[in-house]
Amino acid sequence: MTTRIFGSGIRRREDPRLITGQASYTDDIKLTGMVHAAILRSPHAHARINSINTDAARGSAGVLAVYTGSDIEGVLNPIPCAWAIPDSDLKAVAYPAIASDVVRYVGDAVAVVVAENRYQAEDALELIDVDYSPLPAIINPEDALGDGVPQLHEDAPNNQAFHWVAAGGDTDAAFADAAVTVSETIRQQKLIPNPMETRSAIASWAQAMGELTLWNTTQNPHIARFVTCLVTGVGEHKIRVIAPEVGGGFGAKIAVYPWEMITAFCSMQLGVPVKWTETRTENYIATTHGRDHVEYVEMAANADGKVTAVRSVVYAGMGAYLSTAAPGIPTILHGLMYSGPYDIANIKADVYGVFTNSTPVEAYRGAGRPEATFLLERLMDKVGDAVGIDSVEVRRRNLIEPFDNNRDVAIGITYDSGNYSNALDQLLGHIGYDQFRHDQEHEREHGTLRGVGVACYCEICGLGPSQVAGAVGFGGGLWESATVRIYATGKVNVFIGTSPHGQGEETTFAQIVADEIGVDVDDVEVIHGDTDITPMGWGTYGSRTTVVGGAAVALTMRKLRDKAKVIAAHLLEADEADIEYADGQFFVRGAPDRAQSIQDVALQANVAWNLPEGIEPGMEASTYYDPPNFSYPFGAHAAIVSIDPDNGHITLDRYVAVDDCGPQINPMVVEGQVHGGVVQGAGQALWEGAVYDDNGQLLTGSMMDYAIPRAHLVPDIEVHSTVTPSPHNPLGVKGIGETGTIASTAAIYSAVMDALKPLGVESIDMPLTPERVWRAIQATGYTGNGHGHSHGHDHDHGHGHGH
Amino acid sequence: MPNTVPITVNVNGRSHSANVEPRTLLVHFLRETLNLTGTKIGCDTSQCGACVVRMNGVTVKACTAFAVQVDGADITTIEGVAQDGNLSAVQEAFWNNHGLQCGYCTAGMIMSVTEIIERNPNPSAEEVRAGLEGNMCRCTGYNNIVKAALAAAAARQGG
Amino acid sequence: MYPANFEYLKASSIADAVRLLSENPGAKLLAGGHSLIPLMRFRLARPEVLIDIGGVDGLRGVTVSGDTINIGALTTHATIAASADVQRANGLLAEAASGIGDPAVRNRGTIGGNLAHADPASDWATVLTALGATISVQGPSGSRSVAAGDFIEDAFAPALAEDELITTVSVPVLAANQRAEYAKMSHPASFYAVVGGAVVVTMDGNRCTAASVAVGGLTPRPVKAASVEQALSGTTLTMDSIADATSRLGDDISAAGVDVIGDVFASADFRARIAPVEVKHALLHAIDLAHH
Repeated sequence: MTTRIFGSGIRRREDPRLITGQASYTDDIKLTGMVHAAILRSPHAHARINSINTDAARGSAGVLAVYTGSDIEGVLNPIPCAWAIPDSDLKAVAYPAIASDVVRYVGDAVAVVVAENRYQAEDALELIDVDYSPLPAIINPEDALGDGVPQLHEDAPNNQAFHWVAAGGDTDAAFADAAVTVSETIRQQKLIPNPMETRSAIASWAQAMGELTLWNTTQNPHIARFVTCLVTGVGEHKIRVIAPEVGGGFGAKIAVYPWEMITAFCSMQLGVPVKWTETRTENYIATTHGRDHVEYVEMAANADGKVTAVRSVVYAGMGAYLSTAAPGIPTILHGLMYSGPYDIANIKADVYGVFTNSTPVEAYRGAGRPEATFLLERLMDKVGDAVGIDSVEVRRRNLIEPFDNNRDVAIGITYDSGNYSNALDQLLGHIGYDQFRHDQEHEREHGTLRGVGVACYCEICGLGPSQVAGAVGFGGGLWESATVRIYATGKVNVFIGTSPHGQGEETTFAQIVADEIGVDVDDVEVIHGDTDITPMGWGTYGSRTTVVGGAAVALTMRKLRDKAKVIAAHLLEADEADIEYADGQFFVRGAPDRAQSIQDVALQANVAWNLPEGIEPGMEASTYYDPPNFSYPFGAHAAIVSIDPDNGHITLDRYVAVDDCGPQINPMVVEGQVHGGVVQGAGQALWEGAVYDDNGQLLTGSMMDYAIPRAHLVPDIEVHSTVTPSPHNPLGVKGIGETGTIASTAAIYSAVMDALKPLGVESIDMPLTPERVWRAIQATGYTGNGHGHSHGHDHDHGHGHGH
Repeated sequence: MPNTVPITVNVNGRSHSANVEPRTLLVHFLRETLNLTGTKIGCDTSQCGACVVRMNGVTVKACTAFAVQVDGADITTIEGVAQDGNLSAVQEAFWNNHGLQCGYCTAGMIMSVTEIIERNPNPSAEEVRAGLEGNMCRCTGYNNIVKAALAAAAARQGG
Repeated sequence: MYPANFEYLKASSIADAVRLLSENPGAKLLAGGHSLIPLMRFRLARPEVLIDIGGVDGLRGVTVSGDTINIGALTTHATIAASADVQRANGLLAEAASGIGDPAVRNRGTIGGNLAHADPASDWATVLTALGATISVQGPSGSRSVAAGDFIEDAFAPALAEDELITTVSVPVLAANQRAEYAKMSHPASFYAVVGGAVVVTMDGNRCTAASVAVGGLTPRPVKAASVEQALSGTTLTMDSIADATSRLGDDISAAGVDVIGDVFASADFRARIAPVEVKHALLHAIDLAHH
């Protein structure tokens, strides 16, 4: 047997174009006659527009047109939200592409200028005179829910976008009977996703044909096509959406935004291609944000630390309008995961979606599941404190027993497979948990503030069965498709519906193909991101691309193998039942020299000179795969941190991850996903947060203010894995794209609280900035001396960037 | 017609002359005038490093220079790093070590790593990280970029 | 982001630059551009005329003559950081230079441009104040010198007339018995100093015979900490004496009559409270007590 290509950490075939500058991202594309759009955005978080004067802008050098809200009325339909959570009284408020009467957040579009070049468009933007009457704004989602505060939408009283409750068991009774109960108020701060490529679109309207082509930095070109059809009125069959190279998404490129619809509108008005590319400053206010919860959470447990119930009241900020998938995130992807990896009999999630005068919220890497993991892990730590048992032991006592095929949890979903305690055991070994605790005891005597935090998680991904999608109000299916062609030369094209943008599926899907049918991996090319070329797909998000799309590829290859076997039998003049397959060869059982390779068969199938009766020419097949269940990756992560009590500076000393995503197609790619996810989650714990003032102005409005993790601020991420196949997936795979982010925020937060435990610090809001940490320490009455802190020990940490 | 200034710049070994508006940023000159789109724009504030190119032998942020300022300069962009179709040691190391995912930061990263190992042929991981403080990546957590840099240094040392 | 248009002039000499400044009121000098261009990209600065001094001879490089280090205004941070002469003559200069921005920024940003921008978070202003540096300025009526501690009058307001430019920064060579250090808490996004403390101590064994201390980042201009200096002078430097001396920093900030700056990342109160910590860190580092 040859070494299987499935499971091999081969280098990516995407990379040659990316390391030489030959890749084309949207903004790299130039079309003949292309002109440039720039969008004027509201400087107010909430205001009435009295009048707009565009005369001077129209006369500015190079300007072709200026459009305002009145120009799109009756031409562009409002931007729809695609996730209408049932039984939640959801208010689908209108989201006009360009505001004409009221602006509801800083960044709402007010006008667009089209000019010969972008510099000229920016010059003209400055000449547009908008007369606003500012209105009071509301930013905090908890404060926004009610009638005594500024109201965003007439048809959403109390700013309530929806109210959703999910429950299993009898939570009230469990709390009433509990030996201990713990509670916490958690601020899941608003985050700015920051893909390195900002958003960009080029629209080209072919008037004579009535055809619209849209190049768009999107995670889901087919959804973009569908929504573009709804907004512009152009038939879906006349719209082509191309996702060229896409420079990261992290959820921020799921939504179909007003901006590309405005770009399409401009092209349709002017009859020339129009490009719009966001500046980073614009990205901070106009591209969706993540998280933004205020949560009141509680856990009930027995005296031995066995958890009996968890419940929450969550105020989830939606921003000013409902973005494409926004309502599903704090509900389906959050509330349904309150069991995590634990056996908890009674669960209740009570979630309010709330409009605020801020940038709309969408999925952001992990989307709902990091928040669920965080609250469970935070409460586990608190239960440990309350019952006097080490928090890791508390977790262990509550983990669901290993299972390999389906386990129902109280909230009403069914996990596919899991071995949670194994992941935890592996983690504790890698991090040297017992030794750390031993050393820590000694260090604490000397006043050193060092802590370890552990987070166990189980997440829901591989979205998902379409029937469930429909039942929970998702405005589309969640199946995936693949079409595979094997040419006469034996080379293979794979056309997929999903739209990877950095995750490496051009390589890993080729590995699936090579593994299934024995061709050389270099003979396989994977094509994605063009709705005119690729079959239907519902997008790359929710760690679903490999789980659902990869399964579609594998099943397609199995269809082709079956067809090839019939042809091979015919060519070998043998009975099909006597044909065996191995490593790309079809041979007669017991006579391996009587063989036809897949390439031989492909040639015969394509020329069709001599095919068995009833077999169609060609070597092509398609699969439309709708998974029977979601997938549930899991794992356990640990962080070790040090804190300088003098200035509150935290250093992330060590990070270890153990993840289980089932069998790994390409371990190098899997590790890369974990590295990036972990550091992104570290960003939430330590540095990142969108901060607004009371007027709704974003104070962290640029990369000078909003701190995303840098190389010198993070350690090497140590990655390990266990392998528990998903019983329902054709490849056994579970998904890995989000696990890092789901676990790391909780693990790092827990480590910080562990470090501060001797001082009695109870709670600190994220991000854990030096000032917040320092204030929490100061509030305990800490002076340094009493704890024997060795002055200067943490000099390097405090020294920060100085060296 | 706004005033323009004639400049001549040597980019990737080729001399280019153009009349540019003084306000034209170097990164826009490279991308829009010379069609060298491998150099990216990621921020407005000189933070992210997606636009890093080599100028007269050192890394600079092409978003924080006017094209008129670089008249007469010798510039290397990502398109000029591979020689005669042969990847540089740094490019090769990024590929071998999965030092990129979406690829958007990669041009700047390769430029910065090249300078790091030219200045310090045998850097520690910590020194590599310090040298990358001006290059943001949102995909890799920097892990494999550091690994690639160390591998490139070793390869250049003949290791 | 896309700057507004401007007229571009190129100065051929220092005198030419001064002439062009005089003839074009409101014109800005363009050197490395790392202070000005970001502002222009946001259109927060929109000068009608930019005078490029990048090609002017005689403004670049480091020379050490006697007990003075002369640094041309157009010398980049990277050049200062990498200069063996600087490292030998005054290691703090090299250390401070290597902590500004990031490598690509240091390759292009200049010491003169940094000072002329007069950002409260400038590392140079704080460090040069503590080192007792002198800044030479050329104008239509000749040249003059300004003490570094007097150079920044207020946030973004240098002691520089519209028709003057910085030509040289002169810094004393450190004596064999002098130690100088800079410690800062950096903003994690911008890397600017939230609080920076620079110290120069003259030592006689463990005894400090003279001290120069400046803090910056938290105030519109660097504050010279006279009472901290006084407390250190004539004292044997120990953990306790250093803690005692730095605890007086608040008095010096009050005496300077400046407001402490606060922002989203670090409030004014926090900055004021940790400023002594950064000075302490610098002092401990200076006397090699930083690591046990």
